[in-house]
This record gives sequence, structure tokens and C-alpha cells, in this order.
Amino acid sequence: MDTDLSSQDRKDLDKFIKFFALKTVQVIVQARLGEKICTRSSSSPTGSDWFNLAIKDIPEVTHEAKKALAGQLPAVGRSMCVEISLKTSEGDSMELEIWCLEMNEKCDKEIKVSYTVYNRLSLLLKSLLAITRVTPAYRLSRKQGHEYVILYRIYFGEVQLSGLGEGFQTVRVGTVGTPVGTITLSCAYRINLAFMSTRQFERTPPIMGIIIDHFVDRPYPSSSPMHPCNYRAGEDNGAVYPSVEDSQEVCTTSFSTSPPSQCVFTVTKAHFQTPPPVVTDTLKVPVMGLAFSHQLSSSRLSYQPAALGVGSADMGYPVLFAGGLNAAHPHQLIGPGKEGGVPPIPSQPAHGTQADQERMCTPLDGVHYSAATPSSSEDTETVSNSSEGKCGSPHDLLETIFIRKVGAFVNKPINQVTMANLDIPFAMFAPKNVELEDNDPMVNPPDSPETESPLQGSLHSEGSSGSSTGNTHDDFVMIDFKPAFSKDDILPMDLGTFYREFQNPPQLSSLSIDIGAQSMAEDLDSLPEKLAVHEKNVKEFDAFVETLQ
Amino acid sequence: MVGPGRICRCAPPRATPAMNCRAEVLEVSVEGRQVEEAMLAVLHTVLLHRSTGKFHYKKEGTYSIGTVGTQDVDCDFIDFAYVRVSSEELDRALRKAVGEFKDALRNSGSDGMGQISLEFYQKKKSRWPFPDECIPWELWTIKVNVVNLANEQERQICREKVGEKLCEKIINIVEVMNRHEYLPKMPTQSEVDNVFDTSLKDVQPYLYKISYQITDSLGTSVTTTMRRLIKDTLAL
Repeated sequence: MDTDLSSQDRKDLDKFIKFFALKTVQVIVQARLGEKICTRSSSSPTGSDWFNLAIKDIPEVTHEAKKALAGQLPAVGRSMCVEISLKTSEGDSMELEIWCLEMNEKCDKEIKVSYTVYNRLSLLLKSLLAITRVTPAYRLSRKQGHEYVILYRIYFGEVQLSGLGEGFQTVRVGTVGTPVGTITLSCAYRINLAFMSTRQFERTPPIMGIIIDHFVDRPYPSSSPMHPCNYRAGEDNGAVYPSVEDSQEVCTTSFSTSPPSQCVFTVTKAHFQTPPPVVTDTLKVPVMGLAFSHQLSSSRLSYQPAALGVGSADMGYPVLFAGGLNAAHPHQLIGPGKEGGVPPIPSQPAHGTQADQERMCTPLDGVHYSAATPSSSEDTETVSNSSEGKCGSPHDLLETIFIRKVGAFVNKPINQVTMANLDIPFAMFAPKNVELEDNDPMVNPPDSPETESPLQGSLHSEGSSGSSTGNTHDDFVMIDFKPAFSKDDILPMDLGTFYREFQNPPQLSSLSIDIGAQSMAEDLDSLPEKLAVHEKNVKEFDAFVETLQ
Repeated sequence: MVGPGRICRCAPPRATPAMNCRAEVLEVSVEGRQVEEAMLAVLHTVLLHRSTGKFHYKKEGTYSIGTVGTQDVDCDFIDFAYVRVSSEELDRALRKAVGEFKDALRNSGSDGMGQISLEFYQKKKSRWPFPDECIPWELWTIKVNVVNLANEQERQICREKVGEKLCEKIINIVEVMNRHEYLPKMPTQSEVDNVFDTSLKDVQPYLYKISYQITDSLGTSVTTTMRRLIKDTLAL
């Protein structure tokens, strides 16, 4: 047997390794998109499914991977690494995982390239599919969008594990021996994040605006840019950039005086000093810019307009539009964070995304509504984000969204939207959720459910605020948590709040010992009667026992 | 020709030496309502690794392999998600088996201990009148212990704990798979039904069978316990 690889085998092997590397990257990034992946089995080979597995190829990701590889293949000392990190709305970022595809020198000369190696690579990809759902970052990535996003970065060369913090753990996905070396796929992941995971990020103050350039290629020290784990096929990033610039000038991040549950998208005042009727127009103009940028961001983030806090696909934030804010507060702009504005997005990977897209719908009315109501002081109008089924309105792009909530002391004009009147002043002192879990403090602030549900109810019978709670709440597997007709005038509590509040009911009294003891005494008393009855039926019982023996 | 959907050449069939059946045991403690999802997660993960695309044989003993799709499954009662093969038939078959197991566990009246086994086997044709032999080459056993929880808070903790445990199990399974130990040789067209289950229309798992056993705490069979219980009651 030749110790050297035949040239055909060598070529095949190189091809396998190259495509294996590309597919590995696809699997990892797709697993961190935050969506459920679903591909179909096909009994007839299509000729394009490497390793006999249906793994979609996201063009952006392939492009990045090829760029990183630059025509090379993983070899000893040259590993391909996919770094998954988390970035909060405030700009803090943290590495979560590093997936490494390495090659070592241990060769298996005997192995058949075109057969065994290929099948083992296929098995390794399946293992990768399984393992990517098992590391802590998976759950984080499923919840991304609101306060943080998941980014990926591909690099080639030395593995850098220093960013993972101390005590990181490693899991080996698998190895495949080849005649030129052994391919190893492993993942090193940060563990101390696991505890802060959902809780930590739900406690952070909400995103007060988005820096659009988070989602644009940016120079990183290691010269390879971070990318959001997101997929919008056919998105032409280049075209979007110019408007991104515009929106950057338009937007500033700022915190409002309102309670922390607010997700406010602020715009510099200059744009909003025009009188209300004009506001409509000016609203539209910058929003256009934002619409594009949102397209970028939403295209980057699968249904997470995230930091925008805007119309994240899974939540219906009521939209608050600040009409005439006074000098102290920058005007609040509603970002276009709405999936409805993303119709050009073709083939969504999974059901989840579709559902989200459907959810993102800002009503036409809402926009007009907000525009129509003038306000002279700091007040906010609420435009409810219906987040309910595609409106398919031509205004989709312009739909602004989502500011959640009003400040407790915000003045509202009388002629304002009816629903705004339902804003409860001093809402923060309203009965709070008594939750034992620490989850989603983002949504726990008492006023947010109260203001949201009545507000939404007015425009739509959607208690989409529930979704905001639902989304971040661990127990809610489904993202689309919008209980219909859940508006409640009397008890300003949406279903999500209700659920959480009553999730820990007190123990049933029948389970407590006292009652048990009492009934025991009664039981004992009634025993003689029961015995008498049994004695009468002795014959039947005997017959029964006979059958058992 | 190599690449996706490539044609493979099968090795000519050879007499296989007697093989030891590789056995793996996993243990989980779950709440009653989590049994189904936990079992499905483990079984699907194993079958993901033990299924290929459908074989299409061509002349000269070559064959092409279909494509296996995958999909994510979120568990409702466990903080956990897993990947399974996109095959409704396979999913139905597993759900049926797990459903029976769950019912048996519930009806047994015992402490809720049982085990479910997934065995991969090869058929070896015997001469008539003897039936075909089923030779197992891999056996996965999942031991289940059903716990009862008193309140919602414990249930919430259980959700998370079981989720973490299942993550560990998945890693264990992958580790075993990665050892690249014995796998039946790729069969010729005439032999394919001895190695693979070709009855499904979209994927082709290795021949497998699922069985289960319910045990009570004393290890005795369930009937004896029931008998004893009734006798005790009557003796009052």
C-alpha cells in the first residue's frame, strides 16, 4: 500500500477539508442566530449537499469564512477558529465561545479518503449540530435581541483563548483521522457567564438607542470584523451603508428620565423642533434613514432589532412618540424597527423567523395617530405596535416604533390619545409583581405592563406587552406571546404578569400535615363500618384473591 | 467522482467476525411530565448519528446517498433544545415507543423507575427453517427515575437541572460516537435490509429496536407487588 497519498486522493481530501471547514462555520453561526433551524431531508441527492447533510449556506458567512481562510486549509499551527461573542446594547462585549478546527500531525495512512474520511466528517458535522445546542451560549443566543446580540468572528491561525476568562471549559466535538493529519473540532466556552446569563442581561438598563455601526463591519484589533449572527439572504449591505451614516447623525443614545423599563430611541432635538404637523414629515424623513438602518440591523439580527428595543420581533412594544419634548429631553424618535419593513428579505431559515415577521406589524393608524396629536410639553403618545400579523402596509418602512412606556411624571395633553390617558401616574408605586424568580426585571417594572396593555388594547386587542415579558422569561418557550383580548381595565395586568405572579402558588392545604391528621382520625372512626361491609362481601373478595394466585 | 451526492463503491460482503455489542448506559432523574421529552432528546440524538440518507443503488455496486435534514426541537417542560433528523416517520416511531414507555411507567404504580433501550442490530440470514438472527452491535440504555415534586418552585429548578443533565448526556453520546468504533460495513444492494431500516421514505437509520422495562424499588416484577398490595389491603 502506498504510504503517500495518490494525487487524486490528495485533491479529494483537500476538497473535503475545505468544505468541511465551510460547513462547520455555517453550522456554528446558524446555531447562534437565535432561531430554530429546520432543513428538509431529501431521499434523492441534490448534488450540492456536502457530507449528505442539508446545511444551508448563508452567503455572508461563506464569504467571511473564505476570506479568513484565504485559500489555505487548517494545518498544524494554523487552526480555523470561530469566535462567538456577546455584545450588550451599551457596547460591552464578551467572548462566549471559541470553536476550533485544528489539524495535528497524527496521520492515519491506512484510512480510505473517499469513503471513511468522508463519512466520518459527516458524522462529525452531526455531532457539531448536536453540541452547538448544548453549550451555554445557545440559550443566550436564543434570547438575543433585546439587550444584547451575538456576534461571530472567523479567524485563521493561532487559537486565542484568553478572552474567555478563567475557568473556561472545553468540549471536544470529535476527531477524524486522515492520511495528512487528524482533524479535531472542539469548543472552549466561558462558564461563568452561564450564571449571569439571562438574569444578568435582563437586569441591565435597557438599550437607550442603537448605535447602528454596531452592526456594520468594524475594525477589530485582530483585523477580522465581528458580525452579528444573523441571516438575511440577499441583503445588500453596501447599499445600506449610506443611510446608516445618516441615521448615525440622527441618533444619539441617551437615557430618559423614565423608569428603566423604557426602551427609548432618541433623536437629537434638532430634528424635532418643527411644529407637529411637520413632525409627521420630519418623522418620516429620518425614519427613512432609520428604516434603512433598521433594515440593516434587522437584517443583521434575525428579528432582533434588539438594542433598538424596537419592534423586536417577539415583542410588541407600544410605540411612544414624543411630540414636543422640552429642552430637557431630547425628542424621542421611533425607530423603524419593524420586520414589516423588511419585506425584501427572502427565504427565512426557520419557522421562528416567519412567525416573527408576521408579528412585526405596526399599524398604519398608529403612525398617523402619533403624528396627529400635538403636544407641547414632554409627553408621549403611544402608538401601539400591533406586532400582530403582517399589516403589509406601505408604511411599514416608516413605522416607528416602540418606545416602551412613558415616564411616570410625564405630562400629557388632554387631547392625546385615549390610551395614553390610561397611563397611570405614579405607576411605579402600583402593585409590583411578586416574583420569586429574578427573571426579566426588564419587564417587571410595574408600570410597563400596566401601561402597555391598556395602551395596546385601545388600538388593537393585543396584549402584546405580554410578549415583552414573555420573551425574556425563561418559562416562555414561545416567543410569540401575545395573549389576545388580554387587556384588562380593572386589573392592569397582562397575562404574562399574571402568569408569573401566580406561578408559585402556596402549597395546597390538603398537602399540609394538619389537615391530614384530622382526616386520619375520621378515617379511623369510619373503619368499623367499612370492615362490616367488607365482611359481608367476603366471598367476592376471596374469589378475587383466587384469580390472583 | 467525489463530492456531495457522490457514488460510493461498496466493499464486497465478507464474513463478519463475532462482535461484541457496545453498550452504553445513561441515567436521568426526571419529573413525570419530562419523561417523554428527555427520552426523545436522547433517542433522537443517537439516531441523528446513526442515520444516513437513503441509498440509491446503481449498477456495479455503487450507490448514492440522499440528504439528511435536521431540525431544532425545543422542550416544553425542560430548559433544553436538541437537534433531530427531519423525518416525521422516524419521529412518530420514536414518540410511539416513548409514549408506551411513559404510560407503562405511570401505570406501574412503582417508584417510577424503568429503562428504555435502543438497540442497533444486524440481521444475519440463516438457513431455513431457522429465523434470521439479530446480532446487536450497539445498545443504548437510558435508566429513568421519576421524581415527584411538591411545588412550582421545585419544578422550575427541576426544569433547569434536567436541562443541564441532558446537555451532559448529549456530550457523552457525542463522545461515544466519536470513538469511531465498529460500524457495520456498507452493504450491497441485496444486503442493505440486513443493515439498514429502509422502510422510511426520507432517511435510512441503521436497523434498530426499542424496548423498555419497568422496575420497582425492590427489583421484583410489577405483578408481585400489585398482588402484595391488594393482599395487604384486604388483610386489614
